[in-house]
Amino acid sequence: MTDAPLLDVENLWVKFRTRTGVFDAVRGISFTLGKERLGIVGESGSGKSMTGRAVLRLIRPPGFIEADRLNVHGEDILSLPEKGMRKLRGGRVSMIMQDPKFSLNPVMTVGQQLVEALRAHENVSRSQAHKRALEVLDEVAIRDPQRVIDLYPHEVSGGMGQRIMIAMMLLPNPEILIADEPTSALDVSVQLQVLDIIDKLVRDRGMGLMFISHDLNLVAKFCDRIVIMYAGRIVETCKASELRNAQHPYTLGLLNSVPDLERPRDHLEVLKRDPAWRDAPSVSARQ
Amino acid sequence: MSAVMVKDLNVWFGVGADRSYAVRDVTFDVADGESFGLVGESGSGKSTILRAIAGLVPTWSGDMTVAGETLGPKRSKSFYSKVQMVFQDPYASLHPRQTVDRVLSEAMGLHGVQNINTRIGKLLDDVGLGAGFRFRYPHQLSGGQRQRVAIARSLACNPSILLLDEPTSALDVSVQAEILNLLVDLRREHKLTYIMVSHDLGVVGHLCERIGVMREGRFEEVLTVEDMRRSKAESPYTQHLLESSINSVR
Repeated sequence: MTDAPLLDVENLWVKFRTRTGVFDAVRGISFTLGKERLGIVGESGSGKSMTGRAVLRLIRPPGFIEADRLNVHGEDILSLPEKGMRKLRGGRVSMIMQDPKFSLNPVMTVGQQLVEALRAHENVSRSQAHKRALEVLDEVAIRDPQRVIDLYPHEVSGGMGQRIMIAMMLLPNPEILIADEPTSALDVSVQLQVLDIIDKLVRDRGMGLMFISHDLNLVAKFCDRIVIMYAGRIVETCKASELRNAQHPYTLGLLNSVPDLERPRDHLEVLKRDPAWRDAPSVSARQ
Repeated sequence: MSAVMVKDLNVWFGVGADRSYAVRDVTFDVADGESFGLVGESGSGKSTILRAIAGLVPTWSGDMTVAGETLGPKRSKSFYSKVQMVFQDPYASLHPRQTVDRVLSEAMGLHGVQNINTRIGKLLDDVGLGAGFRFRYPHQLSGGQRQRVAIARSLACNPSILLLDEPTSALDVSVQAEILNLLVDLRREHKLTYIMVSHDLGVVGHLCERIGVMREGRFEEVLTVEDMRRSKAESPYTQHLLESSINSVR
């Protein structure tokens, strides 16, 4: 059991029942996550966020999940009752959402939310939880935790809000952290700061990180391994350091479509989508 | 002749003791056919400058001259046929219950454009959509296609100046490339002048020749893209911004 990967997914499908039949958002992907930083990249609609949510079984009807295997640290979570899932979510597996503006409760102070998050998973007293909250705020590089803990979400900036989100997710010491575009709502200068914090925490605590983003270059810099998704399937997977040798035309297209400050071009390359990509079988990203 | 001249522009919000300045003593010129970028963090006042030029913020002081017209508290009708704005979020800036055809013909009708019927076809071709999209509703379009419609709408009255407020920040990188290419082509064809706001230095560097770096409502410095590429920024803040954006991309 101990050497089982943190997350083991085989043949995962996310489907939605619609008036015109069943729509497949994720189509049979397989991957594992160890104590590493795994980047999942794709355009909007490629199924990358759905994959992240499916791991926590957060797909609501009319959507549903099918998989041959969905294990967290050797434990099957497909058959876990909803009560067990609630313990798992935020406890052993946490998720950082895209925009702090929409994911923090606007009518509770930062401190109240942090304490609530911790007490939902651990049996600690209120004052102890308050102390832990202060510590974790300090850990995510918030300068004056004593002041920030009594603020309401609208009184903090976007970058600080995202750091508070991270702090909240880290409080119960999760094994797996799922970050769904954690920096796309932030400024470039703040982005790096937030990434550094996530990076440091993941290293120090030995967590597994699933980093979902549409920015291939960012992921290449930040993660150990990359999974590239297109139309609900994995088209390519590689080590981040070997991204330069990527083969798939979709990966190359994504890489070349970014405007580069140092190498100006008259025209940016535009992705030419090949219908064959959609039908190609999914590449396994198991290790 | 300068297309846009802004001198000592101040913009504020709030009254009395609550008055806070979003833009402070900003001065810049944009030549005819030039493309000028405004960069800075959220809250640095870059979008507010565009909104002040477009007449969407009533509380400003200073001198602004756009296409030879000195701006007062109200904008004339002819101003809007010379200056148009493209907004950030194509999901929010199109009326959800109006077809592309209606959006475009309304904009043209307001400016008294003749031959609306043929012009809509031409406009849609210009932005790379084609006539097949003419009677679609926004929910039937992707984000990139919507932004193309928004750009077509801004071009409906043949303006000479476009104000672009983060036109690609809500889009995927691959779609962003398409929209940026479109903007480059349109500028060449129609000899447009752009003022573009973005927080992405790569995007601004692709489209603009000169860049104003903003911080807390003031211009930190104005530099050419060439200087920026060679990292010849004078102020430490610009240098910091440059480094973080190069680091995040590479």
